[in-house]
Amino acid sequence: MKIAVCIKRVPDMDLRFAIGADGKALDPAGLKFDIADFDGYAVEAALRLVESQGAGEVVVVSVGPAAVQETLRKALGMGAHRAIQLDAAEVPFDGMAIAAALAAELKEGGYDLVLFGRMATDSANQTVGPMTAHLMGLPCVTAISKLDVADGRGTAERQLEGATETVEFPLPAVITIDEGLGRPRLPSLKGIMAAKKKPLEVKPAQLGAAHLTVDVIALPPDRPPGRIIGEGADAVPELIRLLQTEAKVL
Amino acid sequence: MANAFAGVDFYDVDSLLSEEERAVRDTVRAWVEEHLMPVIGDAYVEGAFPKQLIPGMAELGVLGANLPEEYGCAGLNNVAYGLIMQELERGDSGIRSFASVQGALVMYPIFTFGSEEQKKYWLPRLASGEEIGCFGLTEPDYGSNPGGMITTARETKDGWVLNGAKMWITNGSQATVSIIWAKTGGIDDVKSIRGFIVPASTKGYTAKDQKGKLSLRASDTSEIVLQDCLVPKDAILPKSGGIKSPLMCLTQARYGIAWGGIGAAMACYDEALSYSKERIMFGKPIGQTQLQQSRLAEMLTEITKAQLLTLQLGRLKDRGTMTPDQVSLAKRNNINMACEAAREARRLLGANGILVEYHSMRHMANLESVYTYEGTHDMHTLILGQAVTGLPAF
Repeated sequence: MKIAVCIKRVPDMDLRFAIGADGKALDPAGLKFDIADFDGYAVEAALRLVESQGAGEVVVVSVGPAAVQETLRKALGMGAHRAIQLDAAEVPFDGMAIAAALAAELKEGGYDLVLFGRMATDSANQTVGPMTAHLMGLPCVTAISKLDVADGRGTAERQLEGATETVEFPLPAVITIDEGLGRPRLPSLKGIMAAKKKPLEVKPAQLGAAHLTVDVIALPPDRPPGRIIGEGADAVPELIRLLQTEAKVL
Repeated sequence: MANAFAGVDFYDVDSLLSEEERAVRDTVRAWVEEHLMPVIGDAYVEGAFPKQLIPGMAELGVLGANLPEEYGCAGLNNVAYGLIMQELERGDSGIRSFASVQGALVMYPIFTFGSEEQKKYWLPRLASGEEIGCFGLTEPDYGSNPGGMITTARETKDGWVLNGAKMWITNGSQATVSIIWAKTGGIDDVKSIRGFIVPASTKGYTAKDQKGKLSLRASDTSEIVLQDCLVPKDAILPKSGGIKSPLMCLTQARYGIAWGGIGAAMACYDEALSYSKERIMFGKPIGQTQLQQSRLAEMLTEITKAQLLTLQLGRLKDRGTMTPDQVSLAKRNNINMACEAAREARRLLGANGILVEYHSMRHMANLESVYTYEGTHDMHTLILGQAVTGLPAF
């Protein structure tokens, strides 16, 4: 079983962040980067599949500048066998441009499965997986929470609102991973040391044309300050009037 | 609920670390957040070491992490090892103490003074947590003066017979094996001190918990009694000799402790900073008052100084030129600094600061032990005094 896992390096959005001077991207100062949350689940899913089958190879792939090598090495530290950086000065916002580069690399790779996180935690587009599948001419199942593979076929479960959907598909296939397949393991310290010796290939990314660009990123407006209408029971009629006419919540 | 701990890095010290050193630090930090933080408060109150964490620590590779891969260890450099100690102590000094003892005081002497057979047998088992070790040097009447020890080892035709008592032994009750230091010659013969690998199952070996601790409550501290303990001839660490051997072990452990102090101080600073922004008093956050800002500025300054000095110490250790005196300076400075930071953080937290759901008072109480063990603050003062004057004052 040969599995590719496409991973993205994203800023940790739990930390405080600011929008850059151009208004189109985050200010990189003080940001801490890591593998996108769902991509971590995808690496874990691939490692578990290979471990349960006793043999196979997990190849992690990322598009971006040299900095993505750190993210690739984290996945190697978790246990992936080798890594490919598709070198690009920056990661386009347009999922189709990224998908073109991934499909060009993966098409001839002989992969049984190509895994993605169900979405990147920064752009949240949820497009690159399905677009890559389309460009490779492969079936695609999105946001799965359970995965079994046997005899050249796969079975996956998807959590719908109040129901579980089970999907069957032939291999090779492209799958995007939700939580539920097991929390990503931490890279062990030995794994981190071993990662330095594992192959990490750098190739130019054959990015597709980007049709979408970010116009502006804006934070939600500050909440207006509260105000005190009055005190005690006398203030209640005015409070009700304002909740009806001004706040429009009653 | 506070955000996940993100460290303290006012001077971009991260940029002085390699990618691999940062990866090691982040892995251990994530492990501490996920596995240690949820259980440490209860473990502390109960006064019990959280044993269930040992397999996870071992799997991660933190036990003897700076020893070579051929013995089942992670083969990290000393800066990465120090960062592990920092992150463990960010959680709790008792957990860091467990790892320090296993790695620096049990695995290190076997690695340094042991035969190839001893290394091959013991190190992988200690790295995997299959065996838990402790270090028997200190005695009831010989703490700062270990050379005065009265534990003896007498050679007989069947092996070595050990007699004596050891006290304040971290991991003592749960250890399956102990490195015991004993005199093989006369009671005044400091040069005759040798190390022995003594399995806890040896007849005449008993360990019991020391009760009533108000510090390091999530750590196992014990008294060990050796009564006609017979161990085979090959239990001796062949390359150990004189008081210098256990002191070399202590230098290793103190090196890790210096890093650990930064972790505890960062935990307290982080807690105090976030509390100061949330706690409203007189209509504004207490962080907007000069007195609390003074506390925070002082903590931040001391943590940043300690980070830089300790990183340089690690670089010297990796270069092979670190001296025990330099370790004394870092242990003395960092633990004193951490004690102060913990105390100030506890005070900033007001009444909440005495609760176990906050961490500063636990660190504050723990650090009183760390201040005293592995060379008291005062002994390190005298070591430095001797180092610069050439005149021993003890």
